Amino acid sequence: MKILYGMQKPDEGTIAVDGTQVAFATPADAIARGIGMVHQHFMLADNLTVLENVVLGAEKLHGIGGKARTKIREISEAYGLGVRPDVLVEELGVADRQRVEILKVLYRGARTLILDEPTAVLVPQEVDALFDNLRELKSEGLTVIFISHKLGEVLSVADEITVIRRGTTVGTADPRNTSTKQLAELMVGSELPSPETEESTVTDTPMLHLAGVRLTQTDLDGVERVILDDVTFTIRRGEVLGIAGVEGNGQSELVEAIMGMRTADRGTVALDGADVTRTPTRKRREAGVGYIPEDRHRHGLLLEAPLWENRVLGHVTERPNSKRGLLDLKAARADTERIVRDYDVRTPGIEVTAASLSGGNQQKLIVGREMSHAPKLLIAAHPTRGVDVGAQAQIWDQIRRARREGLAVLLISADLDELIGLSDTLRVMYRGRLVADADPATITPEELGSAMTGAASGHLQHTEDAEGGDAR
Amino acid sequence: MKTLISRGKSRIDKERLILAVAAPLLAIIAALVVTAVIIAATGKDPFAAFSDMVTYGSASDSQVYILNKATTYYLAGVAVAIGFRMNLFNIGVDGQYRLAAFVAAVLGGALTLPGWLSIPLIMLAAMATGALWSAIAGILKVTRGVSEVISTIMLNSIATAIIAYLLQPEQLGQLDDAGTLVSTKPLPKSSYFFTIDVGPAGQVWGFIVIAVLVGIAYWFVLGRTRFGFDLRTVGQSESAAAASGVSVKKMVATSMIISGAVAGLVGMPTLLNDSHQYDNSFPVGLGFTGIAIALLGRNHPVGIALGALLWGFLERTTNHLEFQGYDKEILGVIQGVIVLCVVIAYEVVRRYGLKRQQQRVGAELAAQAAAVRTDKQEVAG
Repeated sequence: MKILYGMQKPDEGTIAVDGTQVAFATPADAIARGIGMVHQHFMLADNLTVLENVVLGAEKLHGIGGKARTKIREISEAYGLGVRPDVLVEELGVADRQRVEILKVLYRGARTLILDEPTAVLVPQEVDALFDNLRELKSEGLTVIFISHKLGEVLSVADEITVIRRGTTVGTADPRNTSTKQLAELMVGSELPSPETEESTVTDTPMLHLAGVRLTQTDLDGVERVILDDVTFTIRRGEVLGIAGVEGNGQSELVEAIMGMRTADRGTVALDGADVTRTPTRKRREAGVGYIPEDRHRHGLLLEAPLWENRVLGHVTERPNSKRGLLDLKAARADTERIVRDYDVRTPGIEVTAASLSGGNQQKLIVGREMSHAPKLLIAAHPTRGVDVGAQAQIWDQIRRARREGLAVLLISADLDELIGLSDTLRVMYRGRLVADADPATITPEELGSAMTGAASGHLQHTEDAEGGDAR
Repeated sequence: MKTLISRGKSRIDKERLILAVAAPLLAIIAALVVTAVIIAATGKDPFAAFSDMVTYGSASDSQVYILNKATTYYLAGVAVAIGFRMNLFNIGVDGQYRLAAFVAAVLGGALTLPGWLSIPLIMLAAMATGALWSAIAGILKVTRGVSEVISTIMLNSIATAIIAYLLQPEQLGQLDDAGTLVSTKPLPKSSYFFTIDVGPAGQVWGFIVIAVLVGIAYWFVLGRTRFGFDLRTVGQSESAAAASGVSVKKMVATSMIISGAVAGLVGMPTLLNDSHQYDNSFPVGLGFTGIAIALLGRNHPVGIALGALLWGFLERTTNHLEFQGYDKEILGVIQGVIVLCVVIAYEVVRRYGLKRQQQRVGAELAAQAAAVRTDKQEVAG
């Protein structure tokens, strides 16, 4: 994908566009050949308008004024994108931003679109809308490369499927006569794992209790924004509490408040009966909080440090990593070997940098590290994002094991199947509030999706039986 | 499979070592080439110049000179490197060491204690002054978000002004008999640091022992303690450090203060071993030399030592070149080119190394997977 977009050069092999062989040295070359990329993480400037974002870097095409605006409207109408050129990007929702990204690429004359995990941040309804857009593009004669871990989506939108495993093409499939199961077998060489959980292990002992947590942030203009408002919940030992919500509705900040990276303006956080509202992060970690961060590159790893240093990260004050203020390099290395073995981290050794591992193996290392210090509470934020299907199954297994062993687990995910499958209790977060709750035994992703966009609140449908999911 | 893993590991290790040495070597070769071209452009023979540098530089009195210079440079390099490991650019080492040396000189001149008491006191005073001066920048950074680059540059100027004001005959300074030099009151003989007599070649400053100790402490604290791990973590990724439980702000302030304390020692070899007073001719600009040396030595305790020695060597030998009819500006050219080449070479090698490792890991995992597959097939067959 990076090679196709000119960000990396291939060692060997050729690329042909429209029958002619090409070589890309930079993304600009790729753009000139009509290849455009929509990144997983949007590359938009929030404080600029849609128009400004679109013309940025492509001023030569149609200027920056009226002509550009007309062109944007034209494209938007031709493909049914519904983009308004003069709105500030910060006022747009995730789905709208994605459409702006697509328009940006089309504006530059792309005939081939690469979409990298485009549905990760969308709710089901938005995914359907995106697929309609893609079909529109297709009918206009454009080529779309759709990269996704979600098999169902690939099957519903693609005309042809290529399965890549560990850097090689392992097969192609025709979506019309392929099932998700067959596709998954191609991907992992084994059966499709499902995130379904077992017998309830929920106990009566509260482990994490948040009461009326409120968090505000004053932005540069001096405007106070409420990020978390009146968040109250309890997770008991052996319980998985899932939080659903479109990203950016306060989930990251909620995790940071529990971890102690942010301090709540109001309300209390109690861990295992002790008030930790003002306790520093390190003390909370030592008290038994395991943390699988949503952005492992920013919060979970030192990318250029060797694996064993990454094993020490976050637990430098605990054994086996250190003794009386001094690092115990030998023990830390030995324990890293153990994690690599027990958690099936695929690596040639523990001296390689974390950056050289694949996303799934990085994540397995993090999971192994966090589970190695007898945590009482595990916070898992998007634990299987950007992870291959094999690693995904192993991580799910670990979360189930944690639950069995009596840990309290806070699970935040954009993958609704994962949430419904693993959680004992579900809550929906919208604009910093927990607006709805649901029983994972009966709820469907679509029903959750409507609450995630703020369309529904309170007790969601199908919640006649007792909350807590012991029905399954 | 086991052997495969260990073999792969040693190969990666070996390659890392080669890469680590490759960068400075590349830089120095590039610098030599550029310098040769420049000397040739001025119509002189570069190879004669180089051979003169080597012969003169390896003379025993030159070696003593180089060691003494390197002692000072090493301390400056370590002071800067502490900041670098934290992603802090302490340009203020310059002001910190000058102010520290001045305060230490004033205190030393006033003390009439036995040496075993006064020397540690002088050193402590210097470290405390350096620490306090850098703490201003550190506190401004964590409380007000002021960039340490800006604040330390300004603090350098303020230090210059303070010293100029205090080093007047009517303040803390005194005019020498010739009436040309203003200095602080000289240190009593008892406060002189010991020297190692190496015969006709001269005397090696005893402070080199302290410099070595500082180097060992630097290595130990960074590589072997929790504190050092936290410090390196913040330097590599502030967000990961915060998530791992390090208080980033506290760490920034602390490391700035430690960097300043070591900076306080930079002027000590000169004060205690050489000048014994602070006067107008006290060396300036050592803080900037320290930046170059820390870059050259890759913030590594041994690397910094090599960088400091190289700097001393260049200074000694290019001084001599001047008498051979070469332009004295050649020193600045060589030093500048080396620093530039080093920074570029490190970055190139670092990126290459990361990419290369990624490929190797991928290749080895694929090989392992293939090996497992054949094993299975054999079992099945």
